Amino acid sequence: MDFLVSSFASALRLIGSFSPDVVDAVGTSLSVSAGATVFAALFGIPLGLLVGLSDFPLKRMVVTLLNTLMAVPTVVVGLLVYGFLSRQGPLGVLGLLFTPTAIVIGGVLLAAPIVANYALASVRGADPRIVPTALTLGAGRFQAVGTLVGEIRFGILAAVIAGFGRVVSEVGVAMMLGGNIRGYTRTMTTAIALETSKGEFAFGMALGIVLMMVALIVNLFLNLLQQR
Amino acid sequence: MRNLEATFAILLLALAALPAAAGERLRVSTTTSTENSGLLAVLLPPFEKKFGCKVDVVAVGTGKALKLGEAGDVDVVFVHARTLEDKFVASGFGVNRRDVMYNDFVLLGPVDDPAGVGRTSSAPDAFRAIAAKGSPFISRGDESGTHQKEKEIWASAGIVPRGVWYLEAGQGMGEVVMMATQKRGYTLSDRGTYIAFRKKTDLVVLRQGDNNLWNPYGIIAVSPKRHPHVKYDLALKLIDFVTGPEGRALIAGFKVDGEPLFFVDGEGAQH
Repeated sequence: MDFLVSSFASALRLIGSFSPDVVDAVGTSLSVSAGATVFAALFGIPLGLLVGLSDFPLKRMVVTLLNTLMAVPTVVVGLLVYGFLSRQGPLGVLGLLFTPTAIVIGGVLLAAPIVANYALASVRGADPRIVPTALTLGAGRFQAVGTLVGEIRFGILAAVIAGFGRVVSEVGVAMMLGGNIRGYTRTMTTAIALETSKGEFAFGMALGIVLMMVALIVNLFLNLLQQR
Repeated sequence: MRNLEATFAILLLALAALPAAAGERLRVSTTTSTENSGLLAVLLPPFEKKFGCKVDVVAVGTGKALKLGEAGDVDVVFVHARTLEDKFVASGFGVNRRDVMYNDFVLLGPVDDPAGVGRTSSAPDAFRAIAAKGSPFISRGDESGTHQKEKEIWASAGIVPRGVWYLEAGQGMGEVVMMATQKRGYTLSDRGTYIAFRKKTDLVVLRQGDNNLWNPYGIIAVSPKRHPHVKYDLALKLIDFVTGPEGRALIAGFKVDGEPLFFVDGEGAQH
């Protein structure tokens, strides 16, 4: 028990001292996760709306596929993207392996299915009369969908937050595609893995606490938006 | 559909341009022992300052580090497995290999030494004692330089390690030392990692100083003939710096708890 308490105390001291290593890892984590979330939203929200609003053969299969993609292990996504980005791979000329961009690409693949599924679920949960009503009232197709998005905005917001949560908390993609380079691609999660491997329990714990605080702040923000 | 593909391609290119704008970056794959010991944090910043560049360090096992060089995903490899290094150069993947420094391997185990390896007379003998007793032995199991050395010693002991006592961790040296500490087992470690971890483990050195526990480190530039995109000029500058007077002084002066972790050779011989 002493071990845990003293580690916790030195973790708090480390956070208070704003050690550059902690600040760097937090900054990298937040920026790559934010970047990945933006792109995931750009792909995922329209995809979710499209699947939710249209009827087509094999729709159930597409939905099942989207659900399955949510559960793909992060290391599998990492492995796949690694194959593409390595110099031996088809996109090797871009030289993207072991850069923050590589983590963003992996993060998009992780988060987009989650965003799409959440968006799809909120479309299904919405009043089915919204779109037809808007159309009868003289709205165009895009306007009608816009009205729907306005109605389900909290669901969409939750979709984006969930996508962010998946990217900021995972370690497989960040480790394989970023390479855990100090001050460049070292994220909070890869830093925790490294510090634990070095036996620096307090440092790992400090980062863990920061990670939880970030999650708390993001969710407080969501809560605030929903109350308005 | 065309438009979508074009947009995607432009997006990727734009993303690729981002890191390039941040100044020249040299990518080095190295072993966990150089990174985890803290040596690189002392050795690299003066080089970065002198040449106005950034050195990105990817710390993995020696086997993986060399594979990254073969694939052209890094510009320089800095590793310790002489046989594999020579093969890497002979196959045309690397050029300009230089000796950098050395330390040695130590056999770690619990103080009470249940297998009695302290009474043996050589590393292979010690390994035979561990296998005979069936005491837990934690292997790196990751094709790292240390793992190569460990396999060599098993081979010269005439034993194929197998059984519930032989645990292949597949992790870095630090993790394995911590694992051996928790399991009250034996492991082979480079001295650098052991000294860096001495405060965190109660394992002690039970065998050291044998001829077959010698551990030299080499640095190799990835061949620009094989991979034209590598930053060969900057790679050579790093190699010259690390094996030159400045680098040698930094390595020799690097100490943990007042003890040097690595030693430089008499001459920066070229091979």
